[in-house]
Amino acid sequence: MEDFFEIAGNKYRSRLIVGTGKYKNFEETRRAIEVSGAEIVTVAVRRVNITDPNKENLLDYLDPKKFTILPNTAGCYNAEDAVRTCRLAREAGVGKLVKLEVIGDDKTLFPDVPATIEAAKILVKEGFVVLPYINDDPITAKRLEEIGCAAVMPLAAPIGSGLGIRNPYNIRIILEQAKVPVIVDAGVGTASDAAMAMELGCHGVLMNTAIASAKDPILMAEAMRLGIEAGRKAYLAGRIPKKLYATASSPLEGVLS
Amino acid sequence: MKLKINGEEREIADGLTLAALLEDLKIRPARVVIEHNREIVAREAYGVTRLAEGDTLEIVHFVGGG
Repeated sequence: MEDFFEIAGNKYRSRLIVGTGKYKNFEETRRAIEVSGAEIVTVAVRRVNITDPNKENLLDYLDPKKFTILPNTAGCYNAEDAVRTCRLAREAGVGKLVKLEVIGDDKTLFPDVPATIEAAKILVKEGFVVLPYINDDPITAKRLEEIGCAAVMPLAAPIGSGLGIRNPYNIRIILEQAKVPVIVDAGVGTASDAAMAMELGCHGVLMNTAIASAKDPILMAEAMRLGIEAGRKAYLAGRIPKKLYATASSPLEGVLS
Repeated sequence: MKLKINGEEREIADGLTLAALLEDLKIRPARVVIEHNREIVAREAYGVTRLAEGDTLEIVHFVGGG
C-alpha cells in the first residue's frame, strides 16, 4: 500500500525526521541517518570556526540532493534572531523549509509562544515553508496554522528529556483540529514513544537525542524506523476498542463436556 | 585593516575582497553563508565585495543540530 508523508507538496516515504546533533562524528551521523530511513534531516546554523583550518562540513556527509535539509533556529531566544537565522539558512541554497524554534527558557527549552508567532508571521510572508516547534497546546497549533505554517510540531516532552508523549490527549485534540501535518517534535525516548505518536495519528516524528545519545545509535536508528512503521501501520489498520472484560478468541461451540 | 569576523577582531590586508579573504582563511565558499555589515551577500558577489576598515562579517555554516 502506498502511504506517503506529504509536506508542502513534497512526498516522502519515511515519517521519521532526524536531527544531526550530538553524534560522535560525521561518519556516525551519516550511518545513523541511513539506517533510520529518514529523508528529512535537521541542521543548525552556526558561526564557522575561522581559526580551525579543518573544514570538514556536515554537508559533505549529507548530500542535499538526496536529503531534504531542514535548518533550525535552535538557540534563538527572540523573533528577530530566528528570522535572521532563517534568512541565512535560505541563502545556503537548500530550500525554503525551516524548523522555527524560539526558545523561552534555557532550563526547559520550552518555546516562547508569542515570539514564535511573531517570527512565523514574518517568515510566511517572506515565502518560507515554516515548521514551528510548539507546546502540546491546541490553541497555539491553531494560531500557527492560521498564520500559514506548513505543519505544526508539538513537543512530546522537553527537548532531550526522553520522557515520551506526556499528554496524548492534547496531541489528539491538535490532530482533530489540524488541516496541516502534525509532527511530534522533541522528547521521544525510545521506539515505543515513536510508535505511540504514529498510533495517535501523527503524520511524523522528529527526534535527535533519542538516537544520537543511545548506547548504540545505529541500532536505535533502526529501532526508531521500525517503531514508526509499526505505529503507522497499526494506526491505518484500526485498533480494537479497549474493553474491561475478556472476549474469548476460541469458539465456545464444540468444547468437550 | 581591522575587521570583526564572527565576533573576533582580525587584522587583514587592505582592500581585500570577500572571495580573497575566504581563500586566505581556507574556507570553501560553497559551504558558507556570509553577512557583511548585517546584509547577506549573494555567493556570486563575493568576488566584487570589497572589505573596508571596521566592517563586520558573520560567516556561518550548517552544523549538527536537532
